[in-house]
Amino acid sequence: MLETAIKGSKKYWIWLLVLATIAGIGFLAYMRQFQLGLGVTGMSRDVSWGFYIAQFTFLVGVAAGGVMVVLPYYLHDYKKFGRITVLGEFLAVAALIMCLLFIVVDLGQPMRILNVWLYPTPGSVLFWDTLVLNGYLLLNIIIGWKVLEAERNGVAPAKWTKVLSYISIPFAISIHTVTAFLYCGLPGRHFWLTAVLAPRFLASAFAAGPAFLILLCYLVRKFTKFDPGEEAIKTLAKIVCYAIIINVFFFFCEAFVVYYSQIPDHTVHFNYLFFGSHGANSLVPWMRTSLILMVGSAILLVIPKFRNNLKILPVLCLMVFAGTWIDKGLGMISGGFVPSPMHIYTEYAPTRTELLITFGIFSIGFIVLTVLFKMAASIKEEVKG
Amino acid sequence: MNDKKIAIAGLTVFIVLFTLPFWWNMAKAKPAPKPVISDKARAAGACIESKDVMAKSHMKLLDEWRVLAVREGKRTFVNSKGVEHNVSFSTGENSCLGCHNNKAEFCDKCHTYANVTPYCWDCHLDQKESAK
Amino acid sequence: MKNSRREFIKVAGISALGVAAASPVLNALASGGEVAHEEKKVVVKEESSVDSPYKTNKSAIHGARWGMVINTSMIDAKKAAKITAVCHAIHNVPEIPNKKQEIKWIWPDKFEHVFPDKEDPYLAEKFKEMPVMALCNHCDNPPCVRACPTKATFKNSEGIVMMDFHRCIGCRFCMAACPYGSRSFNFSDPRKFLDPAKIDPAFPTRMKGVVEKCNLCAERLAIGKIPACVEASEGAIVFGDLADPKSEVRKLLNSNFTIRRKEALGTLPSVYYII
Repeated sequence: MLETAIKGSKKYWIWLLVLATIAGIGFLAYMRQFQLGLGVTGMSRDVSWGFYIAQFTFLVGVAAGGVMVVLPYYLHDYKKFGRITVLGEFLAVAALIMCLLFIVVDLGQPMRILNVWLYPTPGSVLFWDTLVLNGYLLLNIIIGWKVLEAERNGVAPAKWTKVLSYISIPFAISIHTVTAFLYCGLPGRHFWLTAVLAPRFLASAFAAGPAFLILLCYLVRKFTKFDPGEEAIKTLAKIVCYAIIINVFFFFCEAFVVYYSQIPDHTVHFNYLFFGSHGANSLVPWMRTSLILMVGSAILLVIPKFRNNLKILPVLCLMVFAGTWIDKGLGMISGGFVPSPMHIYTEYAPTRTELLITFGIFSIGFIVLTVLFKMAASIKEEVKG
Repeated sequence: MNDKKIAIAGLTVFIVLFTLPFWWNMAKAKPAPKPVISDKARAAGACIESKDVMAKSHMKLLDEWRVLAVREGKRTFVNSKGVEHNVSFSTGENSCLGCHNNKAEFCDKCHTYANVTPYCWDCHLDQKESAK
Repeated sequence: MKNSRREFIKVAGISALGVAAASPVLNALASGGEVAHEEKKVVVKEESSVDSPYKTNKSAIHGARWGMVINTSMIDAKKAAKITAVCHAIHNVPEIPNKKQEIKWIWPDKFEHVFPDKEDPYLAEKFKEMPVMALCNHCDNPPCVRACPTKATFKNSEGIVMMDFHRCIGCRFCMAACPYGSRSFNFSDPRKFLDPAKIDPAFPTRMKGVVEKCNLCAERLAIGKIPACVEASEGAIVFGDLADPKSEVRKLLNSNFTIRRKEALGTLPSVYYII
């Protein structure tokens, strides 16, 4: 099936070449980091996780979001999603590959990564996270591939792929739950120390993932002859709408507890993120923008006139995606570390090397995504034609 | 199947290229160098185990040592003759490097020959190097 | 070295792994608050019965749960600096110019930073400026050990939270887990910042990409010496076995009011402060 991915237009190849170039630059930047250590990043003693782990967290959400097409199709027999489930699964594959790469580049001793499995530690959440992430990646590769192959051959997919699809649903929930548990079980990090963190992560994932999928559907429609279907897009929009509302709701629950209780350990982080504190305020404009984007898109999406307007919808999806990205990709990790447990305000900003590596990984993810989507679209065209 | 010839030629080229490093190594292979025993080690008479055991499995022993010393606090090793030794690779006179104080001739020679780069010295100090 | 002896180590290691694999889960589930406070027996066993080639040193001093009492009123800025200097010198802790990425094992900090939960606008001036020594608390219920995915950081049989630098993958989960800011990460090769003439060959340096912290001088206890900071403090820091009611630390705890850092978090620090 991969052969369909090497027969493409000139535009397709230029796009891949551009991505490969950025990935190459990212790789060179990583070589520098590998040589010199993580000192080339903006991370510090006080903010010991930065951009890499933040992107990882956000992308786990995008991967988990794929389940929002799988679940209605397999559990509720919602036929309209039949044509795009494979897109959801392939999006998850690309996102998870990026997640794993972000974990690797974040390690101080990447050559020892297998120690996680050589000395399995069931008490550590990170151990479980590697298991569920790899498990979900494998599931999506197998399911996506097999279902597409069956479609190409004009036969029904094997029964066992359906069983795997059912298994992948709780797996999707678990990858983001376990990722939230990385943070929310730590004493002394009060920004994360909240039971609503995992639900909040899931809500933002189910908004960001499908929003991104809608945008991808538009692109697929533009560049290939495969049409994911208007109905499917509109239903996805509904899912995005409810998920972003729930996400905003959880955020306000959090804000209420923090500010009504007025427990300093909790308020300091919110103050830092949204108002600035002790002269540290670089994230304030970002966080306020994020809040405006999330609340604004929630209001607009809930109004059918806007949600069902296929011209406006991509703008709303971009708003959701950008808002949740700032929330998780910028604020969530830094916010937990500033101020430090000793109440010292050390701010964090990524360095150039860090950004180049990040863009490199995004490019690798987009290469995987492009190739897989090209394959899916070509086969769907082929079957139709 | 008229592509047979091309396929076989291609395969041959592939196998030759793939195994080239081995041929290359064989061609330039030299006999293994002999480690130089430092005067201090020679004066001590014997290592903690026989020369044969040490040559073959010093890396396994060191791996055991580092686990037991750091993780279980067991820093005394009783060798097969019942003699006690200090479990330490590099700290002070009473350690591996304390006796074998000629890293370049004793350790590096063979490691270079075998093309292995153990990261022991990233942390553990070679007594001579640090004295300089 | 006979083969049977090596086999023993392997078997012992594997069975220990089995037990260890099950216990963290149980610990995590069971440690809701009821962490044993009763006196523990000294757990150092001499495996005389089995043919193990490894033993603890004869000169080593043992305790069931090592701890410290720091008398802050006896430490002024000068003594605090000396304590830090001694510890950092014997452990080859580098002096890193970029303060954001520095490495610290024991250091003086402000009261408001060491005890941020004891905020008080009417705190007497003398306490505000007093140097308070901060270091790893060697918690009885350490969150860093729980978080570590490779057991590179672990609590040893004598209550010391140890780092196995050979095994650390540098994920820095332990740094996020520690509520005391006691852990440092080697953002770059520490040897770049060490004066080769001053490196103490009696203790290894570290390599880039691993986390480090105070090890309560485990290497000194193994040869019968007390921790270096205790020695340098001239009586201001007292070291001993918290599990032994007759120990000097317990006597101090009996006769003084002491506090520990962020007690509400349930980490059960082994470092006590007399203010």
